[in-house]
Amino acid sequence: MSALIDYTLHLADNSLILGQRNGEWCGHGPILEQDIAITNISLDLIGQARSLYQYAAVLINDSELSVSSKASSPLERRFGGEVSEDSLAYLRTEREFKNCLLVEQSNGDWAQTILRQFLFSSYQYYLYQYLQTNTDTTIAAIAEKSLKEVSYHLRWSSEWVIRLGDGTGESHGRMLKAIDELWRYTGEFFIPADYEKELKIDGASLKYEWSKKIKTVFDEATLTVPPDIFMQEGGKQGRHTEQLGYILTELQYMQRAYPGCEW
Amino acid sequence: MNFIRKFYYGDIPEDKAGGNIVSKDSKTDWPLWEVFIRSKQGLDHKHAGSLHAADAQMAIENARDVYTRRMEGESIWVVESKYIIASNPDEAGELYEPAKDKIYRHPTFYNLPDEVNHM
Repeated sequence: MSALIDYTLHLADNSLILGQRNGEWCGHGPILEQDIAITNISLDLIGQARSLYQYAAVLINDSELSVSSKASSPLERRFGGEVSEDSLAYLRTEREFKNCLLVEQSNGDWAQTILRQFLFSSYQYYLYQYLQTNTDTTIAAIAEKSLKEVSYHLRWSSEWVIRLGDGTGESHGRMLKAIDELWRYTGEFFIPADYEKELKIDGASLKYEWSKKIKTVFDEATLTVPPDIFMQEGGKQGRHTEQLGYILTELQYMQRAYPGCEW
Repeated sequence: MNFIRKFYYGDIPEDKAGGNIVSKDSKTDWPLWEVFIRSKQGLDHKHAGSLHAADAQMAIENARDVYTRRMEGESIWVVESKYIIASNPDEAGELYEPAKDKIYRHPTFYNLPDEVNHM
């Protein structure tokens, strides 16, 4: 049960943190139409996170964890009564977040944001396809519902990668810099955490399709897939880059300063 | 000397944002597109507004994000604004006035048989 809770939180955290990151573009997009596009994607991702947090909250409240005396358990923190989607998003600390390192990386310039979205959406696309047939029917249903959104994110970000990669000297250079910056965070997708192993979720099996997709788009964008390099990992286990602390500080500020506040 | 670069969290430095740069050459601006949305099967496409995009594909995607996010439609047409030919408002008199006193062009003078329901 605890593996399923961890995995659900992992999926939810991926979506929430990337949604929060993309949301930073609100009002800063390169043009009005793209400002709306990137924040639309944010809202899709935060919507996915909500469904997953709600499910995680049900699992936690139903599990022994909630009736045990382990009051210090991080997942026990709650607003008043039960653990909820809100307490999971607003009251957990950095180490308790299980998102991949890629999604917490800073927005950088538009090229870096686009590449981050492309690398992640292509992963999420194959992952959700895979999860549609999961034995846990709730996870399968959320994956199926989210897949339509993710397909659009993938299409949108692929086209932008091609546009920038095969654009001007300036945009091509910025894509190269972005690849340099972000590629090292993609290895983690395919290295299973303990809870994934326990649930027999074979993320490594997605690597072939994912690599093929990346290569197709990079080829069209006149970009080169980097050779094997050292890959950063740890996010799935709660070991994050320094970026996550800043995100949570902003994300959780209101609930930390005014516990339980609503508006 | 530029050892330390200061970034404020949550803010995109202007030089990185890519926006707000006033283009010196208007040729580098993206063209304007007119967007037409059909709200459901069987209805016709209606003009929804306009937006900027680099090409037709981007125009469709921008239109999807700008004009259909509240379930306004299920089909999009876009056309570059420069291809829309409009009538000249100054010529409104000669174009439309002559029709005003020709009410006999409206089919209101016929007595329809009762069997005809949908006229």
